[in-house]
Amino acid sequence: MLSIDSVSKRFNNGFVALESVDLQVRPGEIVSLVGTSGCGKSTLLRIISGLDQPTAGQVSVHGQRITAPHRDIGIIFQEPRLMPWLTVQDNIRFGLGSADRTTDITPILTKVGLLGFADALPRQLSGGMAQRVAIARALITQPSILLLDEPFSALDAFTRTKLQDHLLHIWEYDRPTMILVTHDVEEALVLSDRILVMRADPGRLHRELVIDLPRPRKRTEHQLQRWKERLLGELDLSLEDRSLLEIN
Amino acid sequence: MNHSVQPKRVRTIDRSQRRRSSTWLSPRRNAGSAHRQGMGLIIPIALLLIWELLSRIGIFPPNLLPAPSTVALTLWGLLISGELLAHISVTLYRVFLGFLLGSVAATVLGALTGYSRFAHNLLDPLFQALRNIPSLAWVPLFILWMGIYESSKIALIAVGVFFPVYLNLMTGVQNVDRKLVEVGKAYRLSQFQLILRVFLPATLPAYIVGLRSGLGLGWMFVVAAEIMGASRGLGFLLVDGQTTGRPDIIIASILLFALFGKLTDTLLAALGKRVLYWQDSYISQT
Repeated sequence: MLSIDSVSKRFNNGFVALESVDLQVRPGEIVSLVGTSGCGKSTLLRIISGLDQPTAGQVSVHGQRITAPHRDIGIIFQEPRLMPWLTVQDNIRFGLGSADRTTDITPILTKVGLLGFADALPRQLSGGMAQRVAIARALITQPSILLLDEPFSALDAFTRTKLQDHLLHIWEYDRPTMILVTHDVEEALVLSDRILVMRADPGRLHRELVIDLPRPRKRTEHQLQRWKERLLGELDLSLEDRSLLEIN
Repeated sequence: MNHSVQPKRVRTIDRSQRRRSSTWLSPRRNAGSAHRQGMGLIIPIALLLIWELLSRIGIFPPNLLPAPSTVALTLWGLLISGELLAHISVTLYRVFLGFLLGSVAATVLGALTGYSRFAHNLLDPLFQALRNIPSLAWVPLFILWMGIYESSKIALIAVGVFFPVYLNLMTGVQNVDRKLVEVGKAYRLSQFQLILRVFLPATLPAYIVGLRSGLGLGWMFVVAAEIMGASRGLGFLLVDGQTTGRPDIIIASILLFALFGKLTDTLLAALGKRVLYWQDSYISQT
């Protein structure tokens, strides 16, 4: 059980990125955080990961408070962020934290479909392959919680769809809890059990949508399209348009 | 959701990728690179031939610009008398020791000022100020402090080597990708592990550039040091050629400086290429 209790984050310049966010996530659940930019979704994810600290409130996993990066929480960033000097297998082992060279990584390579690439260097990989290495690096400790910060947004549409399916496939093995920050409404709908719509100024949870459609979900499915319309409505895009006008 | 298809697709990419990787990973020596190196020789050889010709027909006065063949003969003479080897070895020794001292000091201080903001604010302004002193201005002071023999020469070379290595390493450390550092933190690396496993490899490219420019300055300063007072060394040979009116000796020592400067730089560059095999840069793809 992941528990977020009245977490607030105020930056030094006075900007309130999050105000009193409460959230409980069940084991194995897939939750998406969506919202316009500046709504604090990435900040929330970084606080859960232990990379950033909240100014008030706390995050706990199974009752244990998270104040620093934890072995049981894996994180995948928007970019693969592989060490360019390490081979694929050493990049994956990097996830273990120690300079361990004995752990067998064949199972995880198979899981992400990169068997045979163990000795390749990051520069030899395509964007999708590199992101799969990053996924393997996050999974090597078999974390019970996986955090994903817009993990596929830098990829082309075709690779993105493939990787979304692949991620679900991986999820079916160990059923980790997944919290996914995304800009992609369709991605949120295809993957999530629950979608949390966030609003900015101050960053807060605005609406919760429970997506009770069976998986795997077809992107073209009629019901999914209806959800999509509703979700887009909740996102309140008009507000952002207005602020854009003000800037210009 | 066609997971069953995916492994097959991956495997086909796999084979071609591995074939590529085997040639990319190992330093290769193929016809292409030999061809490229050969091209660089065409113009120097042509110039040498023209020079020889113009000297032979008397357009270049031999007391000012002797023919390449005369220079070669002089070199040969110095070599068989054993004199040349003594000069070369003492110059190499000075460059090596000065380079070692200068780069070790620069490595420690550059890493420190790059990594720690506190050390940077404390020390870097001083080094930047010292860097702006033309290094040759130190010569009188060093001679006064350490005498005219080896120590003052090596100190001068070390000062020359220090600054490029220091500057490159410091900026290299400062420019390490924040996102990679964050990955290190996310995977629970200790401060020491973070330095060893992220900062160190990420800084290597800049560090090697620093070492190479440091070595270049080391060769520059050994000439200065030896011209100003030495009884042995290639720089001494230069001065000797001047005082005895032997342009062939001067040109011979210039050639030797060029040769050994290039040789040591090539060594360092090859070493750099070996440790930076992973770089994804324009040059590594061609």
